[in-house]
Amino acid sequence: MTTNTPSAAHQAPSAPIASADHEIAGAAAADSPAAVTTSDTRSAARSASDAVRGSAGAAAPAPLRPRRGPVVLLAPIGSLVVAIGLWYAVSYLLLAPARRFLVPPPHQVLRVAVLDWTHLQPMLQALALTAQVALSGLAIAAALGITGAVVMSRARWLERSLYPYAVILQTVPILAIVPLIGLWFGFGFTSRVVVCVLIALFPLIANTLFGLQSVDRAHHDLFTLQKASRWARLRKLELPAALPAIFTGLRTSSGLSVIGAIVGDMFFKQGAAGIGTLLDVYRSRLQSEDLFAAIILASLFGVAVFALFTLVSRLAIGSWHASGRS
Amino acid sequence: MATAVRTALSFVAVDKHFDSGTTALSGVELHVGAGEFVGVVGPSGCGKSTLLRLASGLDAPSSGEISVPGGDVGYVFQDATLLPWRSVLSNVALPAELAGRPKAERHERAMDAIRLVGLDGFEKQLPGQLSGGMRMRVSLARALMMRPALFLFDEPFGALDEMTRLRMQEELQRIFAETGFAGLFITHSVTEAVFLANRVVVMSARPGRITAEFEVPFAHPRPASLRYEPEFAAIAGAVSAALRGDAT
Repeated sequence: MTTNTPSAAHQAPSAPIASADHEIAGAAAADSPAAVTTSDTRSAARSASDAVRGSAGAAAPAPLRPRRGPVVLLAPIGSLVVAIGLWYAVSYLLLAPARRFLVPPPHQVLRVAVLDWTHLQPMLQALALTAQVALSGLAIAAALGITGAVVMSRARWLERSLYPYAVILQTVPILAIVPLIGLWFGFGFTSRVVVCVLIALFPLIANTLFGLQSVDRAHHDLFTLQKASRWARLRKLELPAALPAIFTGLRTSSGLSVIGAIVGDMFFKQGAAGIGTLLDVYRSRLQSEDLFAAIILASLFGVAVFALFTLVSRLAIGSWHASGRS
Repeated sequence: MATAVRTALSFVAVDKHFDSGTTALSGVELHVGAGEFVGVVGPSGCGKSTLLRLASGLDAPSSGEISVPGGDVGYVFQDATLLPWRSVLSNVALPAELAGRPKAERHERAMDAIRLVGLDGFEKQLPGQLSGGMRMRVSLARALMMRPALFLFDEPFGALDEMTRLRMQEELQRIFAETGFAGLFITHSVTEAVFLANRVVVMSARPGRITAEFEVPFAHPRPASLRYEPEFAAIAGAVSAALRGDAT
């Protein structure tokens, strides 16, 4: 590919209309799906900043990349040290010894609840069950949500008639329908999963629908010109284009499904105990060390699920979409 | 038409009104012969893009006749319009894939088209890894691979930088000289239209209509240096005068 730099120099005198050549070209902005759900604005902001960093990195990989290494590692360790320090401060400076059970100091939590296998073992067992509930709920919510969004995207009237119910699903207080869920599905595993599905469904519907509908018009024209069937259009254009938004929905819902599973544990206690059930037991018996340990375990599990879906998203779409890289 | 030249595209008394009440095109008569390359220049909002959407069948005219005797058209969009999750090869092969051609055949055709636009070696890359000019080559290859008799270009080089743009013009007219398709090329740029086309059509706005036509007699393939010849400048000057006449 040779350039014709010398001849370009001649252009000004012989081509008086050269200015007509310059036309403001809309920068082909990468399609970045804004998060639809309220709780995921942070990750949307992050993916936007990643897009910026990604493009800078592409222009000059080594020198422009922000410095990693010690700072990246030290910052979270530092914040952890500060957090534990604050925890000690509350335990020993704020609380009188008689009331110290409200916030037991970290080493006590570690000794009583974490390092004692007779305490830790039931917690881990319960957590495993809660994880099973959360992941089942998430899987069902994903199947229902993505299918529902695909159905709604088929026709305007379908969206208009179905979407309001999705919104109601989002706004109805779970507490209000807990008795009904119990009556219908019993007070065990199934109902816990149902709570999970109800909580995790909306972000999946909303994000998938948004993704399906944000396909570029020119891409649609391309498929129209090739006389593509609706099925081919869905499979080869709309669904792949919606993947980044679907993963945003999955990340949001993965966190929600963990919350749903714990809430479900608390209301539907038949059968083996989940971590939510244990939280309630520890609270009622004032086993505050165990309560703290269980809360921390449940939170770590939530973080792990979120990280897992971030990783899956990166593997699935990171090669072509900025939101996958984080 | 009684002429011996086979027609690739013809517009007869075509009007296009939009629901909003605007008249995008009024009384358009346009014929593109087989193997003829027609450039269309005009100010923004003169209905150039509407002309192309009608020719491709993406929109229907309000009145008048449009015929594309060859059937299929190749459409090159304003942006490269590639699917970012597909490799270059798989993007180029997409039209054949949608037409249900067997995999071996479509890959062979796609590779031919990729070679024609000078992108061999890049077929496994994703669009995000390519420059703007290379993405536009992929888009060209995708339109070429179905070997349609008629090509429609919707300002395909408008978003490229000047150097890339000139090089792409040279490549396109080389491919035109090699393959002999019929083309309708929409652009803002007078020099681009004159450099590429056998005939340049000038449009004016409100309502969109054809106001002038210019023959461009230079034989294809045309050397890059043609742009700086006095004869070229004379035609370009006449075309832009016709374009300016519209503005007053």
